[in-house]
Amino acid sequence: MTGTLSTARTIAAKDLAVERRSRVVVNQVLPFAGLVMVMFAFALDDDALASRVAGGLVWLAALLALLVTVQRSFAVDAADGALEAIRAAGADMRGVFLGKVAALAVHLLVLELVLVAAAVVLYRVSVRDPLLLAAVLVAATAGLAAIGCIYGGVVAGAGGRETLLPLLLMPVAAPVLIGATRATESVFASGGATAAEGWPWVGLLAAFAAIFLVAGAMSFAALVEE
Amino acid sequence: MNDVHVDAIVLHDAVVLYGAHPALTGASLRIGRGEIVLVEGANGSGKSTLLRACAGLKPLVRGEGRILGFDLRGDRAEVRRRTALLAHRDGLWADLTAIENVQVWARLAGAEPSEAASALGRMGIAGPLASRRVGAMSAGQKRRCALACVVVRRAEVWLLDEPHSALDAQGRDDLDALLVGARAAGATVVVASHDTERVAGYADRRILLSGGRVA
Repeated sequence: MTGTLSTARTIAAKDLAVERRSRVVVNQVLPFAGLVMVMFAFALDDDALASRVAGGLVWLAALLALLVTVQRSFAVDAADGALEAIRAAGADMRGVFLGKVAALAVHLLVLELVLVAAAVVLYRVSVRDPLLLAAVLVAATAGLAAIGCIYGGVVAGAGGRETLLPLLLMPVAAPVLIGATRATESVFASGGATAAEGWPWVGLLAAFAAIFLVAGAMSFAALVEE
Repeated sequence: MNDVHVDAIVLHDAVVLYGAHPALTGASLRIGRGEIVLVEGANGSGKSTLLRACAGLKPLVRGEGRILGFDLRGDRAEVRRRTALLAHRDGLWADLTAIENVQVWARLAGAEPSEAASALGRMGIAGPLASRRVGAMSAGQKRRCALACVVVRRAEVWLLDEPHSALDAQGRDDLDALLVGARAAGATVVVASHDTERVAGYADRRILLSGGRVA
């Protein structure tokens, strides 16, 4: 068996190839996330309020999309026993975790870019600081992808995993959701928030991401064990 | 540790649970290197559990086990690297093609991706069929693909659970030739099968499991 980075590359390439073929994220998750944004716009029915809370709505929609994407990512591995076969083969599980995080992060980044674009159109906000936006997207995505893969692994072999995943994942993702929302409010200058107020939140998001990446890499083998 | 004179598989009084149910109830056996061993027994006798325990997937709650000299409790990572388990499920990704599936396993095993085509060819999958999505294949073709994934792993111990299932006559012949070739190359092959007469034709010996023990 090969090392961590090589395994991570193989697993990430595999997950991205599965998506290229199935197009589940593009054809199903992306429209779902877009619909959530539209439904929020209808529910709020107030341009001023919508632009004030646009940052939070982007990340709430991203969190919902994360749940669906994580379910899909691990269901593909569990369907024919491939995840068990990977364990049985003695693959480097840190590499498996990091590979799945990388592929999930790519999917999430695409989703988030579309969600930000949808916020600009539907909630009439504008991106005041593209650099801050890029930093928020990268840091928050890394954290969410790591959390998603940790709990995706935990519930992969469990009964009732479709309902168990949100129950476990959402409380842990709450700090990322809060940090990303505050930072994105600075990006949109919602409620007079400035870019300078956003950068400390990016630091916090990066710290969360680092913690969850390390914790996930260290514990993934035990989490997916029977 | 990985001494060629050490037995491939040694179990002593092994107990393995499935939930609260004991699936192995004190199994003891010894399998030498380079043997093909047929494991037979009725449904629920513990054949699949025996293979999964030997693969380091199911922990022993009592007793001892060593695979190629590596302890099943303390050296599970080493055991897993040296064994290849073909379970009831094929362990394939339906959205990938046959060749892509085997290439994933080749890369994970540190083999050249080019070995994937050779492994598939040995199982009778070549040409356009190798580029077909696994999800669009028949059960027998998937089984051949899963066996190619075992081949490309180059494991020292092969643990095969009903490997002939879903294969047609040609596929069964190909598999038999593959197992005999693996033995000639020094691998140890343990086959749990209800197709006993076929496997007994080339197996070195048979082990009968009953009630989670070697009868």
